Amino acid sequence: MDMHLVGNIGADDIAQESNRKGFGRGLLAAGKQNDQVVALCADLTESTQMTAFAEAFPERYIDVGVAEQNLVTVGSGMAAMGKIPFVSSYAAFCPGRDWEQIRTTICLNDRPVKIVGSHAGVSVGPDGATHQMLEDIALMRVLPNMIVVAPGDSVEAEKATQAIATNGKPSYIRLSRADSPVFTTKDTPFELGKAYVLKEGADVAIMATGTMTYQALVAAQLLEKQGVHAEVVHVPTIKPLDHDTILASAHKCGRVVTAEEAQAAAGFGSAVTELLAENLPMPVMRIGMPDRFGESGKPDELLEFFGLNGKHIAEKTTEWVGRMPQYHR
Amino acid sequence: MQLTIPQLEQKANDIRIDIIKMLEKAGSGHVAGPLDLTDIFTALYFHILKHDPKNPDWNDRDILILSNGHTVPVRYVTMAHAGYFPKEELATLRQLGTRLQGHPERLRLPGMETTSGPLGSGVSQSAGMAKALQINGDDHRWVYCITSDGEMDEGNYWEGVMFAAKYKLHNLIVIVDRNNIQIDGNTENIMPLENLRDKWEAFGWHVQEIDGHNMESIIDATSMARAIVERPSVIIAHTIPGKGVPFMEYDYHFHGMMHNSQEAKDALKKLRSLGGKVSGDHD
Repeated sequence: MDMHLVGNIGADDIAQESNRKGFGRGLLAAGKQNDQVVALCADLTESTQMTAFAEAFPERYIDVGVAEQNLVTVGSGMAAMGKIPFVSSYAAFCPGRDWEQIRTTICLNDRPVKIVGSHAGVSVGPDGATHQMLEDIALMRVLPNMIVVAPGDSVEAEKATQAIATNGKPSYIRLSRADSPVFTTKDTPFELGKAYVLKEGADVAIMATGTMTYQALVAAQLLEKQGVHAEVVHVPTIKPLDHDTILASAHKCGRVVTAEEAQAAAGFGSAVTELLAENLPMPVMRIGMPDRFGESGKPDELLEFFGLNGKHIAEKTTEWVGRMPQYHR
Repeated sequence: MQLTIPQLEQKANDIRIDIIKMLEKAGSGHVAGPLDLTDIFTALYFHILKHDPKNPDWNDRDILILSNGHTVPVRYVTMAHAGYFPKEELATLRQLGTRLQGHPERLRLPGMETTSGPLGSGVSQSAGMAKALQINGDDHRWVYCITSDGEMDEGNYWEGVMFAAKYKLHNLIVIVDRNNIQIDGNTENIMPLENLRDKWEAFGWHVQEIDGHNMESIIDATSMARAIVERPSVIIAHTIPGKGVPFMEYDYHFHGMMHNSQEAKDALKKLRSLGGKVSGDHD
């Protein structure tokens, strides 16, 4: 399948935009399409990119102030009356602070509330560890009835937002604060629940989610130079996982590297490992935060420091494939 | 359906009898709260609420949210008496496969409106519903939210209270079961709430205080609350935990389950002798 990616992946001049801006556009578009879409925020309107919606639809926009538990429970109540609420804050606070209310009033209640966790990952930058949410993938994928999406860039975030607006299910979308490379185009396919092979190879499969997919593509370019042909799989929907695409790629490559800007434990990589262990046991190396918190710094500096960029993925993969054989049925 | 005051009082007594029987059959569940909320639930389902037992999703109905979900036994029994489901089903409380889960779940039984059990989230959900109704321009549907007093310890509760005041949700009426008990003891010893009236007024709500066991007061207070249009309303209903069963009344140890089936038998004897009746109308 032609993925219609941009032509300058790996170049210094690649366009950059934070994927939360794509969400903001997607939210406005969803609001225009359906007047039951409402938006709620916990005192973070501008940084969660809800300003455009708030200005276009003031009677459908609600600021609850710094009250994240209220944010999701009010959202649940509005959904009970037929609204489609997008509720947003920084991921550290939502789902961080209000996880129980999400569990009880949104998941157990099966209400189609769209939870927007912005500022996820270490690329939040100078604010430091308290605001760099790394545990949200783990927290959300373990909830029954919850859809979990981490778009790769701002173009995809816009599509993902519109997709969850109409899916009728509780959904979580994970966004970043910092600018990140825009590597997809409007013609790049996106469907909830689908993973996409962006580059073919047979030596190792690098599967990534969110903004780490671009880093996986950069890593694959570096690995080519060393004669390692990596397959790159973009997995924006962490739950439900696209079993067929992931298993096919794993079967082809015999060893899998996963990458996420989150704790390596219990997140995207673990979801892939669970799937493989049951169906196609093989070695998996999970690249993510190694069971520690982030810290203050510049976004790119932090990604470099924690090994969450293309250069480090390539280095770790080179070392790993040097000693870890490919497994086949 | 709108029963008269004497009919409501008789109905409440019948409901209390069925609560005790249901809990005894189930072997677990909470008793003091359901008993003290019985008069309020009877008045709601048999006089105050606009609802249709044969059509629990009727899109013009009033909404009743039970925030203190552990008291759901009183809701189940009242709903059965009102015709939402057969009374025989009450015997399935808390059993595997039942629609009558230990704490109310929206998807298990039509008419539950939401899931609750973890405390403190009812007011905010109710406020969200009331806000959505306002956006829709719907002036004739009411959202009633019953809460305990103990759950006011939760921060989420007050977030909802502030939110409702901000948006002047006059179509939201909270009824507080002020029975002065929580699990570990009396509320004023565990986490004091007084001066409770002043707190609510400071948060911008209209406040009434009533005897939670007086049918006329319950009905009049909700009427008054519906007439308040500039702010949301709270009715602080002073209740006696375990009301109707003298050896349970005022005692926080009965917040949870009855201790043995002798207590259940004694409770039923006391209830059946109330109002001069020797047995309930379902025997």
